Amino acid sequence: MDLLQLDLLGNALVSGLLLGAFYAAVTIGVSISFGMLDIVNIAHPAFIILGSYTAYIANTTLGVDPILASIVLLPAFYLLGVAIYTVYDLAFERRGDASIRGLAFFFGLLFITEVTLVLVFGVDYRLVEAVYVGPSISLGPIDLPLRLLVPALVSLALIGALQVFMRHSFTGRAIQAVAQDPLALRLMAANPTRIKRIAFGLSIATASVAGAVLIVIQPVEPSIARDYIGRVFAICVMGGLGSFGGTVAAAMTLGIVESLTATFSGPSWSPAVAFGFLLLTLALRPTGLFGRS
Amino acid sequence: MRTAGFVVLLLVVAAAVFGAARLVDNPYAFFAGYVVLQYIVLATAWNILGGYTGYVNFGTAAFFALGAYSTVALHKLTALPLPAMMLAGGIVSGAVGLGTGYFTLRLRGTYFSIATLAMAVVVQTLITNWSFVGGSRGAYVVRPAEVMGLDYVQYLFLLMLLLAVAAVTIARTIERSRLGTGFAAIRDDEVAAEANGVPTLRLKLVATALSGGLMGMAGAPLPYYVTYLDPASGFSLSYAVNTIAMPLIGGTASWIGPVIGAVLLGTLQQVATVTISSALSLLIVGLLLVGFVVAAPRGIIGWFGK
Amino acid sequence: MTALLQVQGLGKRFGGFVALADVSFDVAEGERLGLIGPNGSGKSTLVNCLCGTLRNESGEVRFAGQKLAGLNAHQRIRRGLARSFQLPRPFGTMTLAENLRVPILYAVQPRGGARVPDIARRCTDLLGMVGLADKADRKPADLTQIEMRKLELARAMASEPRLLIADEAMAGLSHQEVDEILALLLRLNAEGVTIIMIEHIMRAVLAFSQRLVVLVAGRKIADGDPQAVVREQAVVEAYLGS
Repeated sequence: MDLLQLDLLGNALVSGLLLGAFYAAVTIGVSISFGMLDIVNIAHPAFIILGSYTAYIANTTLGVDPILASIVLLPAFYLLGVAIYTVYDLAFERRGDASIRGLAFFFGLLFITEVTLVLVFGVDYRLVEAVYVGPSISLGPIDLPLRLLVPALVSLALIGALQVFMRHSFTGRAIQAVAQDPLALRLMAANPTRIKRIAFGLSIATASVAGAVLIVIQPVEPSIARDYIGRVFAICVMGGLGSFGGTVAAAMTLGIVESLTATFSGPSWSPAVAFGFLLLTLALRPTGLFGRS
Repeated sequence: MRTAGFVVLLLVVAAAVFGAARLVDNPYAFFAGYVVLQYIVLATAWNILGGYTGYVNFGTAAFFALGAYSTVALHKLTALPLPAMMLAGGIVSGAVGLGTGYFTLRLRGTYFSIATLAMAVVVQTLITNWSFVGGSRGAYVVRPAEVMGLDYVQYLFLLMLLLAVAAVTIARTIERSRLGTGFAAIRDDEVAAEANGVPTLRLKLVATALSGGLMGMAGAPLPYYVTYLDPASGFSLSYAVNTIAMPLIGGTASWIGPVIGAVLLGTLQQVATVTISSALSLLIVGLLLVGFVVAAPRGIIGWFGK
Repeated sequence: MTALLQVQGLGKRFGGFVALADVSFDVAEGERLGLIGPNGSGKSTLVNCLCGTLRNESGEVRFAGQKLAGLNAHQRIRRGLARSFQLPRPFGTMTLAENLRVPILYAVQPRGGARVPDIARRCTDLLGMVGLADKADRKPADLTQIEMRKLELARAMASEPRLLIADEAMAGLSHQEVDEILALLLRLNAEGVTIIMIEHIMRAVLAFSQRLVVLVAGRKIADGDPQAVVREQAVVEAYLGS
């Protein structure tokens, strides 16, 4: 391998790692909803795209920094999640009929969100402006583009904050208890429906920040949500449902593999990488590559 | 009613539909009717797996497009008649269904659903990168003007009509057979089904292969219908949404549910696409899907009967 | 007479947890065996390993002389090894009669039994046997707790088993209901079905069993005449705490 190839490899590895950190932020919401609550929210990527567009509106109309805007909008996304969970709980969990119809429900939400975005914004790619979108830092032969570095740091901060919340607050521990044993939760004198509602609200809230970092990294149009469904569930399953550490490890692995594929085989193959990974994981080790066995 | 009587009845209905379409004597009637019939096949096929065994397939578009693309490939290589190509498309999609099922059907149903979603993107990526069938640029297929004295679009309509009759007959026969009882047992409680003698994995594979195969057959005539096929339209998400929405809106418990759903939603979209816009008509489908699963869990057929 | 069921050195772990360790026992044709043990002693794991719902890692199970290793649950019930579930698991969208059709179609017919015209009558007979004949067209959701248990037993019987494993078929039932189920199991046994009864209700186990096996923490600690077994020091300690 000559020097140019080594440079390419180094850059691909670094951008893969940065991309991976961002993938972790995209997945963390599903790690909560699917991994902990067993709610198959396949619409999550669509809410992330919604997050991209709200950040885009704040950025273009008010000139606010997109990531800052997404943090301000966290409560709105939290409430959206609470509303969705309330309907889900009444219509499916109470009736004990969550499987087929529950899946179809979220599939419908995915579709409604996407089509609504198309109707409002059209299918053109949208971009945001921020000081960190253009420049990059150079470390020898390695380029660190800020439009990847800043999202990666924000993503890790988001996951770190969630981890602290899960470990050290009563509600956080109750959410983890509901994941393992609803009966134990009742013994803690907590209402499982209320805890799940909060957890689902949190999972959708993460979509605000994940959406903002997405539109910093790449231009966004409504249908790209679908490319992320595979990534998100591949990472979530590989990471061992509900484990934050596993999610980050799996996300970085996928980021690196995708980035290597794009560098050496061409970008048109990279969507298949995530899904190929997912199919392999499901076929070989459904408990996850990084999860507890 | 015995199966033979039922088939005769369906054929009479089909002949009446075809006769009516010829009476209207407007090419658009055949174009629009073809789409509705195609959705009857897709919705019925989806329901064989989703409604009868309880496994949700999000990958309709992939099975459908595989059928279409096998026709594109055969069209370049051979001069097979279309019915033979439909059979070939069915075999390709059925085999992919069998393969996907073999790897994922041992797992919980949720994983199967996610895997079908993944499979759809993998297949789309493969087709997009396969230049023989046009790659991302798409492929043109020259449609003959007529076949055996019949206008080609009418011929396509007729083939799809017969396929719809076949699909509905298969679905109804399964419902009343030993296979149907086994499927229902799997849907209700898979562990109990296995403990009561039902070979669950084998039956689920039968359902996926059959369901995928019918979707492939429904997709096979598509290149001749559109004359230009590219991955974005062949793998359109609207196929997946419609095929899930139609059985759930019509009702999944019986063969008639998907038919009702396909006729209602299919016609609605044909009208709405012309009069309003195609995006808005898809939005209506999404809203109806969510509305029905939340408020009318047994679909339209749940409003009648017990 | 050779034993109908031979269990030899059966072992099963879940991760680091040993659920069953070196469990061996035989069940003779026509025998009524009681299987007891505290909660978490491995009884349900044993049933699941015998019936093919779980795979055992070590040891061997023979049924009617044949090794069962590698056979799925549906293949085992076809050979005549049936179980009822501890928590009834009826097929919710089917009527009671349809519930019974499943094992008849999928366990009895593959052996060459049950011709099609007889199936409906067979369902009625089975439901009659457990006193549910008048509810043949109802759905399981309409049943009471004891009716649900009876349906569970009738469905297991519909497979025409040689060996029936009744997994806590009486838990949560009243005194009189326990007697009803007990009478039903005794009648089945009199008709030639070998039965393993897993139960917490000692009165029922002692009334039913000809022999008693005791599991504690995944190991067999006693096996023999019921009256003698319940007086053994180890058994008393396991139940009352040492």
